[in-house]
Amino acid sequence: MSGVQLKSVRKTYPNGAEAIRGVDMDIKSGEMIVFVGPSGCGKSTLLRMVAGLESISSGDISIGDRVINDVSPSERDVAMVFQNYALYPHMSVRGNMSYGLKNRKMDKAEIDKRVNDAATMLKIDQFLDRQPNQLSGGQRQRVAMGRAIVRDPQVFLFDEPLSNLDAKLRVQMRIEIKRLQRRMNVTSIYVTHDQTEAMTLADRLAVINDGRVEQMGAPMDLYNDPKTLFVASFIGAPQINLIPVRFDGIALSNGNLSLPGFKDLPKDADLVLGVRPDVLVETPDGQFEMRVDLVEQHGGENLVYGALTGATNEEGEDLELCLKASKETLPELDGKLTLGFDPATAFVFRKDTGERLI
Amino acid sequence: MTRSTLITHLILISGAIFMTLPVWVAFATSTHAPETILREGLQIIPGGHFFETYNEVLFVEGGVMKKVTATAMLKNSLILGIGFAVGKVIISMLAAYAIVYFRFRLAVPLFWIIFMTLLLPLEVRIIPSYKVVADLGLLDTHTGLIIPLIASATGTFFFRQFFRSVPDELLEAARLDGATSWGFFIDILVPLSKTMIAAILIIMFVVGWNQYLWPLIMTTKEENYTLVIGIKQIYQVLNEGGELPQFQKAFALTILATLPPVLVVLIFQNWFVKGLVESEK
Ligand SMILES: Nc1ncnc2c1ncn2[C@@H]1O[C@H](COP(=O)(O)OP(=O)(O)OP(=O)(O)O)[C@@H](O)[C@H]1O
Ligand SMILES: [Mg+2]
Repeated sequence: MSGVQLKSVRKTYPNGAEAIRGVDMDIKSGEMIVFVGPSGCGKSTLLRMVAGLESISSGDISIGDRVINDVSPSERDVAMVFQNYALYPHMSVRGNMSYGLKNRKMDKAEIDKRVNDAATMLKIDQFLDRQPNQLSGGQRQRVAMGRAIVRDPQVFLFDEPLSNLDAKLRVQMRIEIKRLQRRMNVTSIYVTHDQTEAMTLADRLAVINDGRVEQMGAPMDLYNDPKTLFVASFIGAPQINLIPVRFDGIALSNGNLSLPGFKDLPKDADLVLGVRPDVLVETPDGQFEMRVDLVEQHGGENLVYGALTGATNEEGEDLELCLKASKETLPELDGKLTLGFDPATAFVFRKDTGERLI
Repeated sequence: MTRSTLITHLILISGAIFMTLPVWVAFATSTHAPETILREGLQIIPGGHFFETYNEVLFVEGGVMKKVTATAMLKNSLILGIGFAVGKVIISMLAAYAIVYFRFRLAVPLFWIIFMTLLLPLEVRIIPSYKVVADLGLLDTHTGLIIPLIASATGTFFFRQFFRSVPDELLEAARLDGATSWGFFIDILVPLSKTMIAAILIIMFVVGWNQYLWPLIMTTKEENYTLVIGIKQIYQVLNEGGELPQFQKAFALTILATLPPVLVVLIFQNWFVKGLVESEK
């Protein structure tokens, strides 16, 4: 097994679009890295550059000790699972899984053995002679994974492999992918914009924004210690509550709102206070008052949405607030709820740079 | 049956009769003796000379032409039809493959040039083509007969449209699987285009079979005549007179010439329809 190194990697498409603006990354052998970020941020581009499907405009990518910038995709020893599976429609499952091995001139007995082993592992052995159009989405997904596994590559690449599956199957496959990766211990890069997938699959998470890695680290580190406003707002569901504020020397304020307990903040800058929905608690002497307008019951917990009273954003609109509460919390609609939080659990960001101050 | 479907059927049936009656008359007439035809004109009821006429046309030297039999002409026509169709499919698939999958600067202009030649019928370039083939010493050969005809804008256009609808990920998956450009073409694109290939083969076979002008100016020796040329020759002989006109043989030849295309279409019509309407990838 070997790791993957990216050194000041950049990508400019022929049409001038700058998709990747300098990425450095050191992926250790056997590690599972997840790229997350909003649509168009360059996740797929970066992954495809590792695969060799996009050229590298500048910088170096190496797998193990070998710089692979100019190595053809098939010789990079990577296998990729595509979002739409990209199975060869006219070949049987067996044909799909063995095609890459045949091209490598592997001998027949070895091919059969690998295909059968992978098929058993993925529980698709009874479909080996079917064509892809006779399989369900989940089964096709498994075949696509099988095609990657039989190659026994140095690196697995996944580009949103589960986004065409229904919610239940997605969870199931997510768990299976994680198990498989653990078991095979192959360095993997997984692209997704689903943040549950990202949090649960990753050994380390790379949050990508506009062609740059905004922050990289273990999922819980990113959750507990986001370096920027972007990371804080991207990681965590439901999304973190963000309240524009200014610091007057004693407290953070916005309209009638005054939140003491903060210090050492710049007085002349627009700030953003970030409070996770799960650190908010209902308490009579809380700092926030919320007018409830929606309660979502998720079974084990309830999400309460409403407008923060007394404060507005720059446009003068109400600020939306979300509270994660127990399933017994069922406030009336349009009722008032008083919420409090411990200032030590909140984040404060500079609005202009997104940098986190507290 | 309601009144309106009755009327629909009547219209369809009379249309069908209108289309097929001449063919039938040709067949019926071909089974009569030449004297009967000369005396009584075209026949609508089959006569008793079927085996005699067709045997003579197909197998007896001097039966239709001076020397060649219809069997030999049938063979030439088959070579032309099949060579024409297969050649067109191969050339146009390769051209479409290059245009769609290889990013070279002239791909788009080249495609439009090819596309524009769609507008030019063979007749426009028949003299230069003849000159080229003559200079290469290919007159009166099967090669010379087929090669100049196989460049196909229509085929290229159809295959281009088809290839463009094949998802890019298939190419990418194949590249990661270590397929060469040739491997991707043979292992993935050709099998995916199966029904498309079948449809184009059939259409082109019929077109090739019916080629008239090019074989006419290309072939001078009788043994290279195709059936279509044979028909033209035999009618010419009829007009020149001398002996008793052999109308029954001319008609027999006509019937023989229509049979293979009809058979091909009948046998392969399922594929044919599938190839033309299929959108599933
Ligand atoms: N072939 C291309 N030519 C030019 N620009 C491209 C090309 N492919 C992608 N881009 C641009 O590069 C940027 C990154 O694209 P990319 O596909 O990597 O996004 P992504 O993060 O995978 O998004 P998504 O989550 O929607 O898949 C986008 O702005 C996109 O418009
Ligand atoms: Mg993408």
